Amino acid sequence: MARLSIQEKLAILSDAAKYDASCASSGSSKRHSRDGNSLGSTEGIGICHAYAPDGRCISLLKILMTNFCIYDCVYCINRVSSNVQRARFTVEEIVWLTVEFYRRNYIEGLFLSSGIIKSPDDTMADIVRIARILREEHGFKGYIHLKTIPDAAPELIEEAGRLADRISINVELPTDQSVAQLAPEKNPATIRSAMGHVRENIEASKEKTLVKKRRKKFAPAGQSTQLIVGADDSNDAAILDNSSRLYGNYKLRRVYYSAFSPIPDSSHILPLIKPPLIREHRLYQADWLMRFYGFSAPEISGVSDDGMLDLEVDPKLAWALANRHAFPVNVNRAGKQTLLRVPGFGTRTVGRILAVRRYRTVHYDDLVRMGANLRNAKPFIFVPDWSPGHMTDSENLRARFAPPAQQLQLL
Amino acid sequence: MIYLVQIEQPGLFGKWRDNARSLLGADVHPDNIIWKGTSSTGELFDSVTAPPPKMPDAELRVPKAFLSLANSVICHNDPQRFGMLYALLWKIRSAPAKLGDVSDPLVSQLRVMEKTVRRDCHKMKAFVRFREIDPLPPCDGTEHNQTRRRFGAWFEPDHYIAERTAPFFARRFGDMDWIIATPQQIVHFEGGKLRHEPGGERPDFGTDATDDLWRTYFTHIFNPARLKVKAMQSEMPKKYWKNLPEAALIPGMIAGAEERLRKMRAAEPTVAPARAAKVKAINRQRADKA
Repeated sequence: MARLSIQEKLAILSDAAKYDASCASSGSSKRHSRDGNSLGSTEGIGICHAYAPDGRCISLLKILMTNFCIYDCVYCINRVSSNVQRARFTVEEIVWLTVEFYRRNYIEGLFLSSGIIKSPDDTMADIVRIARILREEHGFKGYIHLKTIPDAAPELIEEAGRLADRISINVELPTDQSVAQLAPEKNPATIRSAMGHVRENIEASKEKTLVKKRRKKFAPAGQSTQLIVGADDSNDAAILDNSSRLYGNYKLRRVYYSAFSPIPDSSHILPLIKPPLIREHRLYQADWLMRFYGFSAPEISGVSDDGMLDLEVDPKLAWALANRHAFPVNVNRAGKQTLLRVPGFGTRTVGRILAVRRYRTVHYDDLVRMGANLRNAKPFIFVPDWSPGHMTDSENLRARFAPPAQQLQLL
Repeated sequence: MIYLVQIEQPGLFGKWRDNARSLLGADVHPDNIIWKGTSSTGELFDSVTAPPPKMPDAELRVPKAFLSLANSVICHNDPQRFGMLYALLWKIRSAPAKLGDVSDPLVSQLRVMEKTVRRDCHKMKAFVRFREIDPLPPCDGTEHNQTRRRFGAWFEPDHYIAERTAPFFARRFGDMDWIIATPQQIVHFEGGKLRHEPGGERPDFGTDATDDLWRTYFTHIFNPARLKVKAMQSEMPKKYWKNLPEAALIPGMIAGAEERLRKMRAAEPTVAPARAAKVKAINRQRADKA
């Protein structure tokens, strides 16, 4: 095989990496290079440096070290049985690309993942070496997200955590049965135990010691995971249930949902459908409700009989429509938790309501200025100059929000 | 008496603050001041105006939130901004809580301007693209150990934000020398020191071979099965495209997406390469042992 140029490798190995949804570069510790001897900074909020026509932000150089892989996960473009062209970066090439891309302000940092070659330990050791060279030899202070390999030795994962801002391990599929079926070499129990170790390390790094105030940093931007939606037949209730366990048990910062999308040279076992983008969007909304709005997974997915989220209206609105007895809410008296459950009120709107309420009564126009979505909120609230009347309990309330049903053509 | 105050770059905020302090100390009503920025013209009132009064620095306390609001709004390109900020200062002198009242028209208008400036700054941090000046030979595996490498960028923001965002670039690109030129201002960073100059024409920073690699990355990280052009454009509006090396590729990527997807769907399943069976056998052996 002819030697590939760095450009050819970049093409192959970014093609191979694009199915990982995460591109976050926020929430890490603050660092900068004002000393003049290093490169890079992180200031809490990550920056999206470009957007591809798929609407996704490009914040990190997201590549695989290699797309050679000894696993045979059916949904994956890099599985051993695929005929996709293979390539492998050298450690130096990845370091060079990261630094040069960073210097031109294309990226916030590196998101490095890899196919499994030789053994999980060998692969993980190379990944760690890249991060170490960036940090130690190049004084690189940008963001580094390392995908860790669950079966790798704990020492390697620990070193990865000390070098990286975020580490992640993909659970890939919502249920253990699906993993067994579609990713036969992966072991859900090993993945969970690795996530458990990472959680312990992160928590230990935050405990104060007697000698120094803080221990060594460990993945200050936390750990995350991804699962694929639409490759197996799990319903949304199972997915959300799984996510709520992941947030609870492993204190994950984020669970990413990636709509299964057709890949080149795909396996015939999987459906070559259009990726279920709306379903993915609804899952993210539901995920947000669990993390910031005090909803539980069963509350959200219990709205429908088949455990699937409503594709036509967002999950909060769907919940409100199914729980009309809790509405309308008095905007000037209700507690924070109750306000958070009003459709059309975001966390920011609620914060503003609470702030203004301290010194005067909130009226309808105030809500407009505060950025509330009143089209959604109207039936569920009252303020001195607005009352929904019968609207809250009216039978055709859902029809106000959902697109009208289409009449079928007569044959 | 009408007072005339001229505020020029750089250091818009400091100059505005010093004048506002004196004027407020002398109890000058907002209606009695004409504020002029660099871009304003017209000498209509010059004959009837006086320079701002010089007052001993009176102690003036304002809420922290006002300073952060004023720091942003001062970068806005609206010539009225100096006067609007002074009017708000006049208001909150007696009622500091007014600042938090978004139902006040002046406050809400200034908040909108603040948001606009913040967004412009954010986009500048995102979309500035440096090109190397006197570039070095391409990748040989190591980073070159020269004193300080030099980079230049041309960027066209809507507002006077180059000075405001310069410290961000200084924190981020601490070990390089760079120039960011904008129509309003030019920022130099040399040997760790920031220097400002009035803006001007677009300088020629040449081309940078690394842009090709970046374009390769941009094309290949795109998933044609998830075309969402609107989402892209709302975050990366077309007005920025002309200075982004990757943007010229976008129309072609959009046009080709459907065809790529069709080919993926139409492709017949292939036969797994020979090594797949071998590797899988080894995997099974390993799993059995474990």
